[in-house]
Amino acid sequence: MGNQRLSSAKELEELRKEILSKRAPNKSVVTVCTGTACQTYGSLEIYRKFADEIKKQGLEGVVVEAKATGCHGFCEQGPVVVIFPQEICYVKVKLEDVPEIVSATLAQGRVIERLLYEDPVTGEKITKDPDIPFYKNQMRIVFGNNRYINPRYIDDYIALGGYSALSKALLKMTPEQVLEEIKKSNLRGRGGGGFPTGIKWETTKNASGEPKYVIVNCDEGDPGAYMNRSLMEGNPHAVLEGLVIGAYAIGSHEGFIYVRQEYPIAYENSIQAIKQAEEYGFLGKNILGSGFDFEVEVHRGAGAFVSGESTALMSAIEGKVGEPKLKYIHTAVSGINGNPSCLNNVETWANVPLIINKGAEWFNSIGTDGSKGTKIFSLVGKVNNTGLVEVPMGMTLRQLIYDIGGGIPNGKKFKAVQTGGPSGGVIPEQHLDTPIDFDELTKLGSMMGSGGTVVMDEDTCMVDTARYFISFCCEESCGKCIPGREGLRMLREILTDICEGKGQEGDIEAIEDIAKVMQDASLCALGTTAANPALTTLKYFRDEYEAHIKEKRCPAKACKALTSYYIDPEKCTACMICFKNCPTEAIHGGKGIIHWIEQEKCIKCNTCFEVCPPRFSAVRRISGEPLPPTPTPGTKVIREKKR
Amino acid sequence: MSLRTKSPKLTKVSTTVSRVIRNYQRDKDMLIQILLDLQSMFGWLSREVLTEVSEQLEVPITQVYQIASYYKAFSLMPRGRHIIKVCLGTACQVRGSPRLLDTISAMLNMKPHETSEDMRFTLETVNCLGCCAMGPVVVVDDVYHSKPSTPALKKIFETAK
Repeated sequence: MGNQRLSSAKELEELRKEILSKRAPNKSVVTVCTGTACQTYGSLEIYRKFADEIKKQGLEGVVVEAKATGCHGFCEQGPVVVIFPQEICYVKVKLEDVPEIVSATLAQGRVIERLLYEDPVTGEKITKDPDIPFYKNQMRIVFGNNRYINPRYIDDYIALGGYSALSKALLKMTPEQVLEEIKKSNLRGRGGGGFPTGIKWETTKNASGEPKYVIVNCDEGDPGAYMNRSLMEGNPHAVLEGLVIGAYAIGSHEGFIYVRQEYPIAYENSIQAIKQAEEYGFLGKNILGSGFDFEVEVHRGAGAFVSGESTALMSAIEGKVGEPKLKYIHTAVSGINGNPSCLNNVETWANVPLIINKGAEWFNSIGTDGSKGTKIFSLVGKVNNTGLVEVPMGMTLRQLIYDIGGGIPNGKKFKAVQTGGPSGGVIPEQHLDTPIDFDELTKLGSMMGSGGTVVMDEDTCMVDTARYFISFCCEESCGKCIPGREGLRMLREILTDICEGKGQEGDIEAIEDIAKVMQDASLCALGTTAANPALTTLKYFRDEYEAHIKEKRCPAKACKALTSYYIDPEKCTACMICFKNCPTEAIHGGKGIIHWIEQEKCIKCNTCFEVCPPRFSAVRRISGEPLPPTPTPGTKVIREKKR
Repeated sequence: MSLRTKSPKLTKVSTTVSRVIRNYQRDKDMLIQILLDLQSMFGWLSREVLTEVSEQLEVPITQVYQIASYYKAFSLMPRGRHIIKVCLGTACQVRGSPRLLDTISAMLNMKPHETSEDMRFTLETVNCLGCCAMGPVVVVDDVYHSKPSTPALKKIFETAK
């Protein structure tokens, strides 16, 4: 592009004005969400079709523009398309809808009813996205800009006031003032620990040793969490701007962005962002004429959950095996190659420019006493509106799951919500009115973590959930310390036995004992917290454990070894649907002949249960009781005459 | 395509490795990044590749193996022509992905982390792909499939020769 490097606040302001002046005020912009979820629904093709169609209909240029943005957050309704300035939001858009959107909405401003979001409660069609309940109850100060920005194009970020915080920090504030502002804001680390960011910065700043490093942790390994991914993909400059400001406050001239290898778009976008920021002089020598130099390098992770731990991540940056080390000395003092290294999560860095621009006081006005600001959650699992949501700290879990998430699908009953990933725990119905903040969730035995929020309904077995997380940690354990390595293996063995109906008297006590040792003696925080999923499920759902052990019954009918599938001959209409869908041909029968399951062949994949039409509900899951007799093969269906 | 899975000729390995190492200014700290690039070029890391890296970068072979065997992104065995990834992230798990994995396992008669003898398929599991709204998700050769039915899976596997 050959942009020239800016060397003062005035030049940045002029550039912003120039970018804005090129944009006609009434120009229609159609933004297509190309976050991971929408992309998998084909949103990239939709974006290209928009570009073609706009050209074809002669609207190209000043009148209309198509833009591919990062994740908007409403993944359940993807692909999402929003038309500005009216903020008309179309959901579940298909390729064939594009010509009509261009000719009707873009050219004439006419709204297409059928593509609008329909409120499932009231049945009302909602035109503007800020009015949709999913968005309305959020507070999107960090994540909200994603919908305006093409992440591969720095001018979009500058147009929204991007890099003005950097200019303010570098040219109008001393490093000490920047640090003071962050300390006053009470910003706490968004990666899970909740450590006060300002104090971490100060530790690195005051530590001896040069060079000092600053690092972005985008090694988001929690299964079921993708907040950092969407931020890094959708608004990389916000993270970068925060990083440079932090480096200035700390006195660091070299930074790293550590991106999980599974996130190729986040990797590409951060490299592109660095390149463009260098061209404008937001990185490199003498940034904005301030005399401050700073450079960034991007590293890809190679697929190890434990690499997200600070000492392990720093070993990985050194090109070594990412195993945690004992923290006699904090990494803030002795990190990469023994030098002071300040590691913060993607979301933490992205909060920094906001605080510098709007002030610590503004930030303190949001949230609870102990936790300030907002938090982004990935709301997933058995919930109607899967997606990324940003809410002020202090919102209750109930508001999050019901007001924003739209509750549980298919009329099922809520059972628990799992927060904090593999280090967190489950929270049952009776605690749903707990406000979400760092300290409240910890009191319940779980934690806020980086923001993964998995909703579980009555069909989810709590013992199996514990087994899942323990097994995840067991596979991801680096194997360095004995409590982490052997403790997890023992827990996995016991929990697997319970799920398979081989549980014994005394198992529950053994789990508690092992968990205690792991909490006391593991090397890193991932080890000390790894037993949390088992402990919280035990605390709130002990009866489920007991049903598995004593009655060999899985109350949720989810554990395969304890559950059988049975087709009720009274209800089966021989419709052939389950027959055709069974992957192992375990279902017998035929047209007009009642179906039955050959138990030896059945792999309990649940397919027949899922495909049997609800009006018949002939497939039953049975646990803890004997199987009713199967009908004689060849029994014909007696159809009642329809009246 | 099948050429990929056989170890390429040594000369070719040597030049490829040297090109990748040069991209990183021969920096030993970049060992993981170098191996990641080679993994995506060859589809797996053969003994020849690892030895070349060790010799050219002047890093002990034990250290190269340590890295290559520690991180999940690296494969020390040849992989099939078609890669099937079943997401076992928490959201997919809650929505029944273990059962989906069983179904696929039964259909292809292979266990997770296995490669079929004819080198046609490799069945892998992953932890969260960040598209939880579609769960349970299966990715076949980078194409995402949301809650595929048994007949749909049959079709997908039949077209992957």
